[in-house]
Amino acid sequence: MSEPVNGSDGQVVGGSVSGAAANMPDGSVTRGMFGVGGSGDTSGFGGLVRRTGVPAVSGRPVGVDEFDEVLDGLQDALETRPAGDDEGGDVEKAFLSFDEAIERIVVDRGELTLHIKPEHILDVCRALRDDEGLRYELCSSVSGVDYLNQDRRLHAVYHLTSMTYRRRLRLECAVTAEDPHLPSVSSVYPTADWQERETYDMFGIIFDGHPNLTRILMPDDWEGYPQRKDYPLGGVPVEYKGAEIPPPDQRRSYR
Amino acid sequence: MGIEEKLLPNGILLTTVEKLVNWSRKASFWPATFGLACCAIEMMATGAARYDLARFGMEVFRASPRQADLMIVAGRVSQKMAPVLRQIYDQMPEPKWVLSMGVCASSGGMFNNYAIVQGVDHVVPVDMYLPGCPPRPEMLLDAILKLHEKVMAEPLGERRAKTVAIAAAEGRGPKVQPGSMPSSYRYDKAKRAAWEKAVAEGTEEQLRISNWMQQAAQKAGGNQ
Amino acid sequence: MSQQNNPQDDIYGGRAGYAPERETTQGKVFTVTGGDWNDVVSGTDPIHDERIVVNMGPQHPSTHGVLRLILELEGETVTEARTVIGYLHTGIEKNLEFRNWTQGTTFVTRMDYLAPIFNETAYCLAVEKLLGITETIPERATTIRVLMMELNRIASHLVWLATTGMELGALSMMIYGFREREFILDIFELVSGLRMNMAYVRPGGVAQDVPPEAIKKIRELLDFMPKRIKEYENLLSNQPIWLQRTKGVAVLDVTGCLALGVTGPVLRSAGLAWDLRKTQPYCGYETYEFDVAVHSDADVWARYDVRLTEMRESLKIIEQALDRLKPGPVMVDDRKIAWPAQLAVGQDGIGNSLAHVAKIMGQSMESLIHHFKLVTEGFRVPAGQVYIAIEGPRGELGVHAVSDGGTRPFRVHYREPSFVNLQAIPAMAEGGLLADVIAGGASLDPVMGGCDR
Repeated sequence: MSEPVNGSDGQVVGGSVSGAAANMPDGSVTRGMFGVGGSGDTSGFGGLVRRTGVPAVSGRPVGVDEFDEVLDGLQDALETRPAGDDEGGDVEKAFLSFDEAIERIVVDRGELTLHIKPEHILDVCRALRDDEGLRYELCSSVSGVDYLNQDRRLHAVYHLTSMTYRRRLRLECAVTAEDPHLPSVSSVYPTADWQERETYDMFGIIFDGHPNLTRILMPDDWEGYPQRKDYPLGGVPVEYKGAEIPPPDQRRSYR
Repeated sequence: MGIEEKLLPNGILLTTVEKLVNWSRKASFWPATFGLACCAIEMMATGAARYDLARFGMEVFRASPRQADLMIVAGRVSQKMAPVLRQIYDQMPEPKWVLSMGVCASSGGMFNNYAIVQGVDHVVPVDMYLPGCPPRPEMLLDAILKLHEKVMAEPLGERRAKTVAIAAAEGRGPKVQPGSMPSSYRYDKAKRAAWEKAVAEGTEEQLRISNWMQQAAQKAGGNQ
Repeated sequence: MSQQNNPQDDIYGGRAGYAPERETTQGKVFTVTGGDWNDVVSGTDPIHDERIVVNMGPQHPSTHGVLRLILELEGETVTEARTVIGYLHTGIEKNLEFRNWTQGTTFVTRMDYLAPIFNETAYCLAVEKLLGITETIPERATTIRVLMMELNRIASHLVWLATTGMELGALSMMIYGFREREFILDIFELVSGLRMNMAYVRPGGVAQDVPPEAIKKIRELLDFMPKRIKEYENLLSNQPIWLQRTKGVAVLDVTGCLALGVTGPVLRSAGLAWDLRKTQPYCGYETYEFDVAVHSDADVWARYDVRLTEMRESLKIIEQALDRLKPGPVMVDDRKIAWPAQLAVGQDGIGNSLAHVAKIMGQSMESLIHHFKLVTEGFRVPAGQVYIAIEGPRGELGVHAVSDGGTRPFRVHYREPSFVNLQAIPAMAEGGLLADVIAGGASLDPVMGGCDR
């Protein structure tokens, strides 16, 4: 790949990157042969840039009756119920406004997704569970997603099911990897106990107020959070019939 | 097992005793329950009524490793499970054998990632590898039968094994050379005689290949 | 911390972070106990207290798979029960991010290995919802999916009956359960080629059509299965020992179930008739006639009864599905998504039929292109996320699939019923006897492959 080539004046120049550097009188240097630079892809398709299209953000009303009902009910519940500790005492009662708690509404493929501000997730969950018109009794799933290209890359996703009204809702909270703290909803939905432990184990999201936030799937002394996008898949190359096949994340693949 | 070794250290008479002991070992080969994942279900199915393991004396899956001879590692071994696997293996008394059932146990299988040990031979010494995902009960039976043949061919007693090892290290004793008689031939008289004849003529590899081709043709012929 | 400077104080002689070791005549012996075992044990004085800590380790004949239970016992009564899982964690969800959408089926099928079709169907429903082709899946494919799911439900409940019977002492139940299951596995083999982990349901439909021999065999099953279920009922339901071991044992009422997120037969045994096939139907379940099995006692016997009834209802659904199988395609029409294979047994025993190969190589350029693109790259799924929940044999099996617009899943998370249901073990076990822990754990029907994924 990089062979020393005799320049016109008999000088031996070795290129460390690719090809040989020919000495031009004014000191500039051309690299490479045939004008090839970067990758070897001459088709042009390698440089194609496409927008993949993310589901659009909705304003209110969203247009679907069922979802509008839910959103109106949630707004009512949040703004007419005191946020914070419900046990009374000297806690100053503050009412949570809908726009303060909810960052974004997305309606896509027949499902409603609410992006919630991390510090308000507990109040929103309580309102969703206790309000008579909402009644999301069952927390189906708590999991995480790692969007590596976003600033707040770790998302915790909560799926709630209302058995009374036969409908589902998704809540999403985004935190950064540097400060991945979220309040735990296990006081509202005890079923989130292990699910939050799994999310912590796999993504490193720390749930404040969780009774026992320890590793659940990996060994207790494991380092790293395996399902983050920057954690390698961790396979080994396999020798098969004389050839060595690299692990799945290092293979050449057509994405 | 010590007297005959003192009396006859070279092991002439020992051959029959060896055969007897090995036969009794393989005829009641008690497995330890180490079913982990999908292969465990196929292992249970092999122990159930249709593919009966009881005809080989193996229907008692001992829960306690102290009473077991054979550890069938059935299923994928995760990083968390590996120390447990090793502990169970250590708790088994000699003589013990390990059969790694399924591709996940043999090599990591389709799960080439951070969570699975890529082959239990990283953790315990394996005597028989059985690929399959999951292997059919017939395949498990085949692996067990091949393991039986291997057990039949083992040298008897720890002292003899040590002597053999020392002799092999000094270059004197029996070593498994490439091209030496396969253990499944040692057990079978007819095959053994054919092998020895072929060795004298220098055609043992051809004998192996022609035997294998005959087997394959029989299977194909039987199917159609 | 129980590890002190003086190793003689700690009964296991350990230093912090290292496995305790001792010298024996055979050499050094390490005691690998794992986790916080020393901490747990050091809290109880083994000699003076009446409480002992028992570890029902990951390798145990009675815990379903590799489940570790740490029980603090006072006599025979369990005062504290802790569950440790993760011994079968395979990283399947992360693996899916490196394979294309169709290959995901083969990974996903191995999560809950007793109900592989359910895993596959949930995944494929999620992919199809992301693709937006849910309406165009051919009816025959949907009917076959329902057929296979119900057969799988019966097979899974048979394994549950078999293992639970064995754990509670009815050893012959193991043989009977697996005997019936072999018949169902024969049907699976006729339809898909494999007994377990079939990878049969693919995004867009199913891999291949149901051969007529399989239909015949399913009708045979419908003939003799009701009698067999009656046999099991006669064997167990009123048997005094069975009743003593299951009546009033491991009770978890509706409030407890809902708080802990427990769904499936356990929730239905507590009185709430929540079955996703009825309440939020999918795959055309709203057109089938069947009842939801429900009981009100919330103990182990109620769950046993619910599962037996579910087996009978599944037989009903299978019969209806067979009757409405009409000839038609089994894969979606869109050639850019449908997996390009017409499977047949070729000369080497595997692979595509010769006619199909001839079409790709000789006749149709589009087929060749589709085949190439689908096999190397896979189809692209528009960006977005969905959550699909189906009623598996253990409860609500949910798939949360996120796509970034590419050919590989961006993130797929499985809400496995076994994972959520196992949280209920302390609630069921504490206060009961040691033997009831086994019965309670068995009645939850956990499958550790699904739990740990």
